[in-house]
Amino acid sequence: MSSRTASIQVERLEKVFTVPVREAGLRASLRSLVKRKVRDVRAVNGVSFTVEPGEVVGFLGPNGAGKTTTLKMLSGLLQPSGGTATVLGYEPGSRDPAMLFRLALVMGNRNQLQWDLPAMDSFELNRAIYRIPRQDFIGMRDELIELLEIGDLVKKPVRNLSLGERMKVEIAGSLLHRPTVLFLDEPTIGLDITMQKRIRSFIGEYNQRYEATVVLTSHYMADVQALCKRVIIIHHGNVLYDGDLAALSHKFAATKTIIVRFEQMLTTTAIDAKVPDLSRFGTVVSSDGGAVSLTVSRDKVASITAQILNDYSVLDLTIEDPPIDDVIERVFAHGAVAGTPSSD
Amino acid sequence: MASLYWMLAKTSIQIQFQYRAANYFYMIGMVVEPTIYLVVWRTIAESSGGSVGGYTAGTFAAYYIVWTLVRNMNIVFTPFGWEARIREGELSGHLLRPVHPIHYDLGSFMGWKVMAIVFWIPIAAVLSLAFRPTLNPSLEQCIVFFIAIWGAYLIRSMLLWVLGMITFWTTRVSALFEAYFMAELLLSGRLVPMTLMPGWVQGLSWFLPFRWTFGFPITALVGPISRTELVVGVLAQAGWVLFGALLVKIVWRRGIRKFSAVGG
Repeated sequence: MSSRTASIQVERLEKVFTVPVREAGLRASLRSLVKRKVRDVRAVNGVSFTVEPGEVVGFLGPNGAGKTTTLKMLSGLLQPSGGTATVLGYEPGSRDPAMLFRLALVMGNRNQLQWDLPAMDSFELNRAIYRIPRQDFIGMRDELIELLEIGDLVKKPVRNLSLGERMKVEIAGSLLHRPTVLFLDEPTIGLDITMQKRIRSFIGEYNQRYEATVVLTSHYMADVQALCKRVIIIHHGNVLYDGDLAALSHKFAATKTIIVRFEQMLTTTAIDAKVPDLSRFGTVVSSDGGAVSLTVSRDKVASITAQILNDYSVLDLTIEDPPIDDVIERVFAHGAVAGTPSSD
Repeated sequence: MASLYWMLAKTSIQIQFQYRAANYFYMIGMVVEPTIYLVVWRTIAESSGGSVGGYTAGTFAAYYIVWTLVRNMNIVFTPFGWEARIREGELSGHLLRPVHPIHYDLGSFMGWKVMAIVFWIPIAAVLSLAFRPTLNPSLEQCIVFFIAIWGAYLIRSMLLWVLGMITFWTTRVSALFEAYFMAELLLSGRLVPMTLMPGWVQGLSWFLPFRWTFGFPITALVGPISRTELVVGVLAQAGWVLFGALLVKIVWRRGIRKFSAVGG
């Protein structure tokens, strides 16, 4: 990884918020008038990573992990308490216009379009803000309208759009200036499956077409699996994992799932009587629908598979990693996973 | 930048068109305050032998009718708006753009002014028919008035921006804002023409920004005012605009470091 060409470079980035604290009740209220108590909350605690141009990185973590705070620091909304960051070679906290002209932060729960006007009017305003030459603007606007299929929506006042429709026009508005760095914070939150898929495929296409660097946070693993080869997992403000999504299961999943279909299970009369008992190999998760699903220790997969094939008349056998949600949940549950290197 | 201002003003006009009736009622509501002042002072003038402090019923009428326009020009993004802007996370959207957020407010409210003037004309006509103002400004006064209403707009925009930015340090500062508005009411010429105030209040008002945002633009058109006073007024406005811009720059630079981007 060459740090000189990196789109985003973060070194021991920290953010500490000072927040007032007090007990509930009237007495505590009165006491806080005289003596105000505050405490420091360390939202981001020395995070380091690098993102190369054109990369799509999933930024994952449970609520309060520090994901959004990190994105806000990288987009210049928040000043870091410590450490350094550069985005496109600029220090984000300086909010250099040259950086802001090439950056976008889309937050799934925010509306940046004019509420009372059709999105088309807000697009025109963005053209003026980002000083986009008219021809470039028209080209990009029409392209985004086509890609996101929002031809009819951009003519309606934003207040009349549904959440999903609004999100699509919001994304279009954020990309008119063709940002080369795109921070997406929960872009599919609250959307139905169809809309989620459409936005996902659009982000992938935008990344391919414009070689944009994308950092994505999402609680929907489908977003991450569809778009991100690499993930950074953050918890309590620390990076727990930084590497290939595919390698995540390999590294953190202690088990694998073996799904076995036996020949004698093909006849319904035999199912109840002759389902082999595989519990001696691991945990039987299910044994219905003509297949037995078995969770086994990762290091015993090979020997157990061989034994099943040897002992039973097997029609089909597949070995799967556990769902990525489960793996990530496991990473979170184990907290710091002591000694885990923060990069792969 | 001119293109941005034009687009912001245009967008603001489009938004105002969405709420025509609400805007009209707002304007009518705004006329109530000067009408009360006008009726009271007319009555006092008439019962005091025709004039009070040099103001006749006709010049009082002129003062308070022009007042309605100046009041509209004085409407800017309020410190209360700042509270909401920070609490609800709206400022984050502004910060992501490569333009200082004050330009959005200046541009948008300029557009609003255009609408306000259009709505004001029939209201002013009705008030003129009802109260018969005495108004004979010279061309010089008209030119200075035009400059002065925009100067007032800029001064008030800057100062209320600075006041609003206190929200960066503490999120509930409404009481402080109210104190500011009370001082403004008494020292600007909004409540009564400054010449009717005690001497020491008039003296004090020369060194504060308020009279340059209210009393001066009105007097520039209604008179009586000398050429020297017109020039001094415009220079004082220019000074306050520069001072306000400098304050905005300093406070913004410090305040933004305190910004915690809550609510998105």
